[in-house]
Amino acid sequence: MSTSTWKSGESVSEQFPAGLRVLVVDDDPTCLKIVEKMLKTCNYEVTTCNRAEKALALLQAHRNGFDIVISDVHMPDMDGFKLLERIGLEMDLPVIMMSADDGKQVVMKGVTHGACDYLIKPIRIEELKNIWQHVVRKRKNEWKELEQSTSIEDGVDRAHKQSEDADYSSSANEGGNWKSSKRRKDEEDELEERDDTSTLKKPRVVWSVELHQQFVAAVNQLGIDKAVPKKILELMNVPGLTRENVASHLQKYRLYLRRLSGVSQHQGGVSNSFMGTQDATFSPISSLTGLDLQTLAVTGQLPPQSLATLQAVGFARPSPKSGLSIPMIDQRNLFSFDNSKFKFGEGQGQQQQQQPNLGNNKQLNLLHGIPTTMEPKQLANLHQSLENISNMQVPVSQGNSILMHRGTARLPPNVGQPVTSNGLPGGLLPRNGHAENGRGAGGYTNPVPQTTSSAALTFPLNHGTELPGTNSFPPLGSPPGIQSLTHKGQFPQDITVNSEIKGSTAGGFIPGYYVLNDLQQLRSHDWELQNVGLNFDSPQSASSLPGSLESASSSLYVQQGISRSGPLRNSSSGGSKPSFPVEGTHNQNLGSIVNSSVRIKSENVVDAGCPSTLYPEHFGQEDLMSALLKQQEGIGPGNPDFDFDGYNIDNIPV
Amino acid sequence: MDVGQMQKRLLDYMNSLLKEGILDSQFAQLQQLQDESNPDFVAEVVNLFFTDSENLINDLSNALGQQNVDFKKVDSCVHQLKGSSASIGAQRLKNTCISFRKFCDEQNLQACLMCLQEMQQEYLLLRSKLDVLLQVEKQIVAAGGSIPIMEF
Repeated sequence: MSTSTWKSGESVSEQFPAGLRVLVVDDDPTCLKIVEKMLKTCNYEVTTCNRAEKALALLQAHRNGFDIVISDVHMPDMDGFKLLERIGLEMDLPVIMMSADDGKQVVMKGVTHGACDYLIKPIRIEELKNIWQHVVRKRKNEWKELEQSTSIEDGVDRAHKQSEDADYSSSANEGGNWKSSKRRKDEEDELEERDDTSTLKKPRVVWSVELHQQFVAAVNQLGIDKAVPKKILELMNVPGLTRENVASHLQKYRLYLRRLSGVSQHQGGVSNSFMGTQDATFSPISSLTGLDLQTLAVTGQLPPQSLATLQAVGFARPSPKSGLSIPMIDQRNLFSFDNSKFKFGEGQGQQQQQQPNLGNNKQLNLLHGIPTTMEPKQLANLHQSLENISNMQVPVSQGNSILMHRGTARLPPNVGQPVTSNGLPGGLLPRNGHAENGRGAGGYTNPVPQTTSSAALTFPLNHGTELPGTNSFPPLGSPPGIQSLTHKGQFPQDITVNSEIKGSTAGGFIPGYYVLNDLQQLRSHDWELQNVGLNFDSPQSASSLPGSLESASSSLYVQQGISRSGPLRNSSSGGSKPSFPVEGTHNQNLGSIVNSSVRIKSENVVDAGCPSTLYPEHFGQEDLMSALLKQQEGIGPGNPDFDFDGYNIDNIPV
Repeated sequence: MDVGQMQKRLLDYMNSLLKEGILDSQFAQLQQLQDESNPDFVAEVVNLFFTDSENLINDLSNALGQQNVDFKKVDSCVHQLKGSSASIGAQRLKNTCISFRKFCDEQNLQACLMCLQEMQQEYLLLRSKLDVLLQVEKQIVAAGGSIPIMEF
């Protein structure tokens, strides 16, 4: 992963869009390198990343360090759409998707998930030249919404906003004066960090979960159409709450609902936001959290910093799909802007519970980030510890924050069940669905270290620091030994380290990519284990099966691309006449291939069931989700119109 | 052979590759990206591509050789390869990927295997051609000349 210099806060100014800070995420090293070069040619500051998790960590560690993100759709460790969501929620950065897939559905998915653009590979430099427009547009929209939402508030805030708007509109018009708007944001971010409620002229209303629930109950009672702030206020009967508070909160709420219905119309289910790939009977509940944050983020109400801290430890108990249950967040951060950020309430509530529950992910409500046993007092108490933690998350060293995030990220979303129930690191199996093994380990890592790191990663809870695997992925082209052997017109002998490499590949592959750990997954692990075992742990037996095919291919294509095989020497040294010994070897093996294919065909039925294990993340989460929903369905007041069951769950003591 | 001649030969060679469909205009984009700050860019990308593709093709054969073929995984590999082939302008290889994916969707194992074979052939062909190309470019540069860029 190559990096460019960090310029936190201070970004482009007069020379905009030159210097635009772009983060590119793609597991395809070829494409990554090309896009990087293209962006550099456009005078952008480029940082590349070949893993979604890494990208997230980077973004979290360098708030305000990036202006825009470009991400591939198909990535082994995390679906590109998921990453898109996370970034939108946590950092509220514009994200461009790219893929070799130009199918209408996929592109549509990009749109509905909030991507600001979708590029089809091969990417041309012309397409990259104008990506700065997305940055400008997003900022502009954010401020607009913010402006609208605060129109009801009292003069103080209004004046406050107006000056900000003025700042921003000028920058938008000029298209170049980032400094002023950015500085403003930075100032505000700073404000959030300090305990500065006293410096604010108006006491902010804390829309806690309880309060919000009361609000929603009141709204539901009145009927969403008839719900006017005054009546809601009366129904809520909360001392100290003003009509303005309720009014602005209501506006947010309406926006949120609109967004919910808009998305579901398009995609036939909010679930898509999170499922990434397959959409199933997905209950709206789980989508809520993500959307909440997204709404928040998109409407610019959530300062990137707080969002970031919000998500920092989010993985501890991410809702299975989006991993968005808001973890610890500095409460102050949430309310530093204005009281219109009603979503913070729930977020706060969510975060509150996150911490104490880190160790025992038993509460299912975590899925929605809904606090279970949190009492207001407890909230206050947690505040302190949260502060500490969130402070920790903004450390100087990237490593720390990454570890911190990673450590919690490692927590299985469903419930503190160690992934090792099947004896294999969770991340290995599902991820193996792709050619990840070959790619991940082959080009970039050495066999040896990977195996050890894989073992270490099986206990995320306890080994937050055990992330060497992920971090140890050397940057592109780093294994000089390997690289130098290839394509230099020389063809060293075969390095038939098939078995070792394979075995280590399995290990090396693991680092960090199992965000998907839930029951279903674990179950499916067992099944897949067998396959995996075939493929990786016992290369010998694997080769005996489709053995012929494999050995043929392995002789032609050195494992992990370490060297060229013998027969290929001819073709390359001379250069003029490529010989294709391939055919010969393949023909010999055709017979066995046919045999194995016959076998395979007869087992197609089983095979059909297999795919589900490939992306257990999605399926498993779905199942878990629906299971949870069933649990909770009976409890809520059941007002399907709003899809807000999550907030009406009674098991939350108020 | 002087530099001029080498350059001419290189251009002819590149044009022939174009005609054969082995490479397409995307490759020219790559060449245009190469500059003084990054004089080996094309070679680096190509090498990267080779390493990566070999791994992918390996994984593909493994996946197709399983008793229970995981077509999702196969499709995923092919998709990856399609992306990288497209990125460097390896047109024929990319096209093979496209057909391959269709067969994956149909879960037609036999067709997939045939595609795999074709893919391996295309890959080898591409590799040998690019190796030649890169070598000639190297020679030109060594002789003090500059690499001519294909015009499309």
